[in-house]
Amino acid sequence: MKKLLYIALSILVIQSCTNQSDTKLPILGNREPVERTVDGKTIVDTIYQTISPFSYFNQDSILVTDKDFDGKIYVADFFFTSCNTICPIMHRNMLDVYKKFKDNPKVKLLSHSIDIKYDLPSRLKTYATKLGVEGNQWEFVHGSRDSIFNIAAKNYLVSAFEDSSDPQGLVHQGWFILVDTKKQLRGAYDGTKADQVKQLMEDMDKLLREEAANEK
Amino acid sequence: MAIIIQSCQNEDSITYKRYYVNGKGLYEKNCQNCHGSDGKGLGTLYPPLTDSTYLIANKKKLACIIRNGQSEQITINNVAYQGQMPGNNTLADIDIAQIIVYISNSFGNKQGHYDQTEVAQDLAACK
Repeated sequence: MKKLLYIALSILVIQSCTNQSDTKLPILGNREPVERTVDGKTIVDTIYQTISPFSYFNQDSILVTDKDFDGKIYVADFFFTSCNTICPIMHRNMLDVYKKFKDNPKVKLLSHSIDIKYDLPSRLKTYATKLGVEGNQWEFVHGSRDSIFNIAAKNYLVSAFEDSSDPQGLVHQGWFILVDTKKQLRGAYDGTKADQVKQLMEDMDKLLREEAANEK
Repeated sequence: MAIIIQSCQNEDSITYKRYYVNGKGLYEKNCQNCHGSDGKGLGTLYPPLTDSTYLIANKKKLACIIRNGQSEQITINNVAYQGQMPGNNTLADIDIAQIIVYISNSFGNKQGHYDQTEVAQDLAACK
């Protein structure tokens, strides 16, 4: 009887191990089917939404583009340095993500400021330093009004806009968006909720395993 | 007779507890985003409330800081903090007193009760 129990348990353990590596994160966002012809047969491919090319200035006033994210997975969010509502909570949580993946060359973080007027690179640098962030693994970026608000709405599917009825004049959502090496959306997590950020970190591990398997 | 004495003795502690519980709710709504649920602040962006030295030394200033904000540099545990803390002029004296009671009796602090009459005096002396 005892033997049977051990066998059952070990099957369970093996099962759970294989399950972990088998499940993949979903690909989020818009998609469209595209027909093409291979060897005389018509097949249907799905084209997934990807992040469009971008270029911004980071906290060191260095130009950062989508090329700097090639071959890496990254987490993107939208914030501004003087925001005292959800941003401190988001970046308190993002700091945990930063610490967990610090110096991992396959992982980057990208925080877009939506305060175009005031959050110039020098101000972003002060903010990053005070937060305890060094180097450029975590990019804090400044861009034109159109480029930031467009990429939020159209690419990352995060709502962010200027609103004169808000006490701080800016309204935005606190999503952390997980992007893979193909620049596809793989997850969206509420950056103000500790349990969702924990899930994000687990999903990042999962995505890194998937990317490593694809490289082989 | 014994019951009456008992209840009299407890009135102070009931007031304190009422302040503390209300203060916790007000803290969560008005302060916690930046200073954190554990009062540890965030990096050197937002100072911690876990250091009792600053809170004791500046007790009479706390009400003014909560109401009017603060932009001057402060030093806590030998770390400098320079930034603009926004004020909040929608908080009544009693709200501020309750927040002070919560902060000064949480995060390792134990300073006891602080009454709204004391807060009113402190506010009258704001610079």
